[in-house]
Amino acid sequence: MSGHDSKYFSTTKKGEIPELKEELNSQYKDKRKDAVKKVIAAMTVGKDVSSLFTDVVNCMQTENLELKKLVYLYLINYAKSQPDLAILAVNTFVKDSQDPNPLIRALAVRTMGCIRVDKITEYLCDPLQRCLKDDDPYVRKTAAICVAKLYDINAELVEDRGFLEALKDLISDNNPMVVANAVAALAEIQDSSVRPIFEITSHTLSKLLTALNECTEWGQVFILDSLSRYKAADAREAENIVERVTPRLQHANCAVVLSAVKIILLQMELITSTDVVRNLCKKMAPPLVTLLSAEPEIQYVALRNINLIVQKRPTILAHEIKVFFCKYNDPIYVKMEKLEIMIKLASDRNIDQVLLEFKEYATEVDVDFVRKAVRAIGRCAIKLERAAERCISVLLELIKIKVNYVVQEAIIVIKDIFRRYPNTYESIIATLCESLDTLDEPEAKASMIWIIGEYAERIDNADELLESFLETFPEEPALVQLQLLTATVKLFLKKPTEGPQQMIQAVLNNATVETDNPDLRDRAYIYWRLLSTDPEAAKDVVLAEKPVISDDSNQLDSSLLDELLANISTLSSVYHKPPESFVSRVKAAPRADDEEFADTAEGGYSESPSQGVDGASPSSSVGTSSNVPVKQPGAGSPPAPAAMPDLLGDLMGMDNAIVPVDEAAAPSSPPLPVLLPSTTGQGLQISAQLTRRDGQIYYDISFENGTQGVLDGFMIQFNKNTFGLAAGEALKVPPLQPGATTRTLLQMVPFQNIAPGAPNSILQVAVKNNQQPVWYFNDKIPLHVFFGEDGKMERASFLEGWKSLPDDHEFTKEFPGSVISSIDATVERLAAANVFFIAKRKNANMDVLYLSAKMPRGIPFLIEITAAVGVPGVKCAVKTANKEMVPLFFEAMEALTK
Amino acid sequence: MAGAVSALFLLDIKGRVLVWRDYRGDVSALQAERFFTKLLDKEGDAEVQSPVVYDDAGVTYMFIQHNNVFLLTAARQNCNAASILLFLHRVVDVFKHYFEELEEESLRDNFVVVYELLDEMMDFGYPQYTEAKILSEFIKTDAYRMEVSQRPPMAVTNAVSWRSEGIRYKKNEVFLDVVESVNILVNSNGQIVRSDVVGALKMRTYLSGMPECKLGLNDRVLLEAQGRATKGKAIDLDDIKFHQCVRLARFENDRTISFIPPDGSFDLMTYRLSTQVKPLIWVEAQIEKHSRSRIELMVKARSQFKERSTATNVEIEVPVPSDATNPNIRTSMGSAAYAPERDAMVWKVKSFPGGKEYMCRAEFSLPSITAEEGAPEKKAPIRVKFEIPYFTVSGIQVRYLKIIEKSGYQALPWVRYITMAGEYELRLI
Repeated sequence: MSGHDSKYFSTTKKGEIPELKEELNSQYKDKRKDAVKKVIAAMTVGKDVSSLFTDVVNCMQTENLELKKLVYLYLINYAKSQPDLAILAVNTFVKDSQDPNPLIRALAVRTMGCIRVDKITEYLCDPLQRCLKDDDPYVRKTAAICVAKLYDINAELVEDRGFLEALKDLISDNNPMVVANAVAALAEIQDSSVRPIFEITSHTLSKLLTALNECTEWGQVFILDSLSRYKAADAREAENIVERVTPRLQHANCAVVLSAVKIILLQMELITSTDVVRNLCKKMAPPLVTLLSAEPEIQYVALRNINLIVQKRPTILAHEIKVFFCKYNDPIYVKMEKLEIMIKLASDRNIDQVLLEFKEYATEVDVDFVRKAVRAIGRCAIKLERAAERCISVLLELIKIKVNYVVQEAIIVIKDIFRRYPNTYESIIATLCESLDTLDEPEAKASMIWIIGEYAERIDNADELLESFLETFPEEPALVQLQLLTATVKLFLKKPTEGPQQMIQAVLNNATVETDNPDLRDRAYIYWRLLSTDPEAAKDVVLAEKPVISDDSNQLDSSLLDELLANISTLSSVYHKPPESFVSRVKAAPRADDEEFADTAEGGYSESPSQGVDGASPSSSVGTSSNVPVKQPGAGSPPAPAAMPDLLGDLMGMDNAIVPVDEAAAPSSPPLPVLLPSTTGQGLQISAQLTRRDGQIYYDISFENGTQGVLDGFMIQFNKNTFGLAAGEALKVPPLQPGATTRTLLQMVPFQNIAPGAPNSILQVAVKNNQQPVWYFNDKIPLHVFFGEDGKMERASFLEGWKSLPDDHEFTKEFPGSVISSIDATVERLAAANVFFIAKRKNANMDVLYLSAKMPRGIPFLIEITAAVGVPGVKCAVKTANKEMVPLFFEAMEALTK
Repeated sequence: MAGAVSALFLLDIKGRVLVWRDYRGDVSALQAERFFTKLLDKEGDAEVQSPVVYDDAGVTYMFIQHNNVFLLTAARQNCNAASILLFLHRVVDVFKHYFEELEEESLRDNFVVVYELLDEMMDFGYPQYTEAKILSEFIKTDAYRMEVSQRPPMAVTNAVSWRSEGIRYKKNEVFLDVVESVNILVNSNGQIVRSDVVGALKMRTYLSGMPECKLGLNDRVLLEAQGRATKGKAIDLDDIKFHQCVRLARFENDRTISFIPPDGSFDLMTYRLSTQVKPLIWVEAQIEKHSRSRIELMVKARSQFKERSTATNVEIEVPVPSDATNPNIRTSMGSAAYAPERDAMVWKVKSFPGGKEYMCRAEFSLPSITAEEGAPEKKAPIRVKFEIPYFTVSGIQVRYLKIIEKSGYQALPWVRYITMAGEYELRLI
């Protein structure tokens, strides 16, 4: 079936464009078609053929489907650069969307949705409306996805035209593929909206579970993934879901299997019967093992996920460790992951076999893999006390092979083993010392020096050994210098004889006078002072007993682990990072064609401070994260464009003088939520929260400098937000010493730079200092910071207000997690947040409170809270003319009643 | 929660874009190309790099390689990695179905169809449809067969999305091959570290209409459920995976394997057994290194299955040092040759009956000078390939294959059994 399209790539000499133009306007069909193919070929190799726009679009009205597809493809690529001409295509699109051939109808809506030109989008609505109700399921399934496309371009339009409802209707469609695509579209729309749009009810649940049996493999993945956000009401429902999903474990498609595993694991949390749980674990093991026979790329994803699964439920694969043994031909990235899982599954029962494997790997050729294998032996020693001795003997055997990097890696892990089991295995030190002069890597050197210092009293020639390192002291990397310094001090304290005395003099001299490294210098000064004032105290400090280290192979904390497990099979589970740490939605980056890429495409986000996710520090998401609606009518612009220049230019003359930390804020207040963890901020940690004091809104923000150097020149900038919150003054943060923390109140002013679109509580913050890249993070605006002190209403006006508002202005929400333990305390707490108590009554065993609050420039909120004292679950009803704010209002109330 | 990919790229071996399809308009081809070529340069070898990589601009790239072509996706969302990577493999299958082989040349030669397929297989970054056979009913390479009256085949959206209606054959036949691969890993102490059997039921169907098929195996769970005496013939399958045509819910209920098959060839099911199997062919090698001058190999191969079976196309690959020269090889059966491109000696025996033992001796010269600080010698295992027809390790048996079609034709099922070596590795002592 091979084609000969490559001929279209062969270019004719000069004047290609005019030539093509002529051919496109030829009176012969075949010639025109060939010409379009040539145009597409040119486009494929990156030539700019946008100047032929009119001529190509003229070929659009054709009966020939292949030609039509090519013209459409051209349009997708160039409409953006010729928006005015794109309108020429609209008529044909609309006509095609009514073509008797369903292929053409679907093609028309599919293509229109891909063209991000306002003029086209406007005309998309009517055809889309029709196609969503088309007789042919092929057209409906295409239209379903098209709604998501439109939402991405213009969310408001989708909501105004009722497409969301139409999409929800498709969940009940009789065609499984349509259902699956509708689910995918709804899930995507939900991801970019804070409002609840796609809530799975028990009714939709059963629809989805039915469609699951019938739709294509890809559709099954959409459905299973969307089910992962469904919380079953009770154990029975959970069991029911699991029962319907379990057959998917037998599917040949690995993605279906993994997504099914995800649902089962999630629902298992609710299942109380230990028998059922045990049974499910047993059922999941074989499919998980089988994933390791898939293509290596899939194996990789599976292994990253299994890594999470065994942390949560170690029993599932406890007996399957052998399947993780590396095969000779496994790609290195698969081997690395297998190793990680072998460590996790290693137990006293299988350790002998595992060690044999590790030893085998330690003699392979790939250096990184070998190192990891050696390290794995050490980690097993630390994890399994009873196997530690066997691990050490394997390490010693490896050291005897005398492969340089094996020896170095072994010494590093042996140091850890010493720290885990102090005073147990020191007899091997002599063997280690034999390899002393082969060490050339800083970490290995530092480890060896640490061992010598720590056990100086047991090593007869410790002073000689250390002395051999001292000769090169000034050239050593900082890591080694620090260890040398400490080890020498230890040696001196343990053997205060003449040799060590001279050594310590030399080292202290070197470390204080000859170095630029402040860490080293400071440490040296401390030792110096300690030794000269009180050697006994020095002993207590330097030779103090060290805490025993523990096994780090189950390193994820449980809340992160749960979040990752809810994301099984997705990128999040591959990276072991929550989605918001790497998802960045840049809306409609300029559709540049090849020549323009360089200047335009990087425009909005070139400042990105993120690092590789695989690297040591996770990336901070750029601009907006997944749950942020960045919907601006018309076209989306890259996030926070205005903020950047301001931030960089504005405050260069900022007062860097040391400003006392705001006393009121500092010690007594509760800790602030961490918004920029130090792992993301390259050591800088930022915690902050909006708060209201004395009728003013403040940003209570705290910086913790975990870097090695001083940080100064802090500046802050807020992106446009629903409430137009912006800084009302410059940020006053003193230069921050390493290890120091400062907390300050930054006055905020509302209604400065209001973001259009549906209200949301997202506050995007950018913080900069002179030493680091710009950090971006997201905060939430608690609505109650806007509640004015003047929000108190009289009973009468409350009643009147309540009556005057029509019933469709009343909204209710349950806060299942909230509990009122005392009416008075709650009233007081709410009053502190300017939610004022008006009246209360008793209704059966429930207390009903009436309260009011008011936003600036705003309309009051009339509130009714129903709850039984001491019983979890608070019902909150609100009446207000300000409908848009209701979701945010509930968020705030939920926080306040927690 | 999942997401979609932003674009799909087909790249040449250097990482340059051949064809790409932009699905969401939020990534740039130039950036992707720049990122990926840099990645290839840095790693030198794509095999080293994990298939999921993150760049600094918030884009995740996932890729697979096929021949001299990379298939790469760029994503800004938290998409389903397993699904996307698998989808890329399916794209390869579809292209192979269309162009015989997927490589740079065939992509260039068919770029129009490639664009059409990319448009049909994925929409807005969501995988849609990858049944090559059905796709080729409405997307064709030969442009002139294209007529506007064409409609999407019912199958595209049907519950039976893998088979079109109206298929007709004069002679209705089904070929069923039961293929078992033995994976085994023997460590340097001669212990079997792991062994398992991965089996596949490969079908080729030439059946008219919409045939309902029912397959019966000697599956212990099923037989016991039916209360039949098992007579030691039933087998336990650890894990079974079915082609999407098999009704999984039905199987879960009563272990019945019922399906409407696709037309042509497909894998109906795969299964796995992790029971300890005796290595069918056992290989021992003694290697004697005479300081820096030569190396002597003595390889013994023994077939450990019943005499009435015969292994065919046996191939034993024994690693030798990469700087070995002047091979001098003698065998008691078959032929052996030095394969310097694999750093191995390959010994082939066309027919190897059960219960036999054969020998092979070899001698190689080694250079007298080697780099003192050279990397440690690559420790490759001995690898074995073979096929044993009319034999399965598991003892699986097809008890029946019923084919019912409303026109009532009789169809003939042909069943074959074969066992082959999968990942069959014996680590050198």
